Amino acid sequence: MPTTTINGHDITVDDEGFMTVYDEWDEATGRALADAIGVEMTDEHWAVIRFVREDFRAQGATPTIRRVSTAGGVDTKRLFQLFPKKPAKKMAYIAGLPKPAGCV
Amino acid sequence: MTTTAPLLVPDFDNDAATGRRLAIIVSKGSLDMAYPGLILGNAALGEGVEVDLFFTFWGFDIITKGRMEHLTFSPVGNPATHIPAALAPLPGMATMATHMMHRSLHELDVPDVPEFLALIKAAGARLWACKLSADMNHLTQDDLWEGVDGILNASDFIERTDGAQLLFV
Repeated sequence: MPTTTINGHDITVDDEGFMTVYDEWDEATGRALADAIGVEMTDEHWAVIRFVREDFRAQGATPTIRRVSTAGGVDTKRLFQLFPKKPAKKMAYIAGLPKPAGCV
Repeated sequence: MTTTAPLLVPDFDNDAATGRRLAIIVSKGSLDMAYPGLILGNAALGEGVEVDLFFTFWGFDIITKGRMEHLTFSPVGNPATHIPAALAPLPGMATMATHMMHRSLHELDVPDVPEFLALIKAAGARLWACKLSADMNHLTQDDLWEGVDGILNASDFIERTDGAQLLFV
């Protein structure tokens, strides 16, 4: 696994750049990752990212768009506005989690 | 061994839309054949691909208000269910098979058809009803699920999905 430095921290990432160690993440890191993919973080973005982190910790899997919508209470249309084009992957990337494995 | 590299950023294709489009023709209305188009369409939308779905012939049931919640699955003629061929047509078998499929889908948190349509619609899908199927069933837009964008004839759908990749289910 390569490591890389972001915002003064060393982080471990997979071949695509998704973080692989849950506890290497903090919100400053999340903000820097968001910057790197051109997402400007608002309170609404943070609420989603915190849910995604929490859900991963509880369930052991990165939530899909549908899960963020049904369990996290943010509707799908809004997720596509907050994290355009590829919401599931962008949420996972900013939250320092692996890409979601679920199909739906 | 670990290496330190410059920040690795996944390729999210943010700039200049790549313009990838997918057209899905949904021609079957049994429960098991409703899902492939919905699941693949949903996956494509989640990858930033534009998706148009065309519901035609038996697939029309998926978007017909009175039928969309009652799609069934029959093991008849489907050896992949591993139910002996002589038993598949017995009374009650389709009901049981449908029930089991619903249960498997729910266990995986896969939504029912109406909710699935709402999901892909919210993700930006365009849903089209086939004109000929509407005429054959004597149905109008009022009989269709509210998220259906319109009723199109086959040529209009082909014209509208110019340049799209095509998937026939």
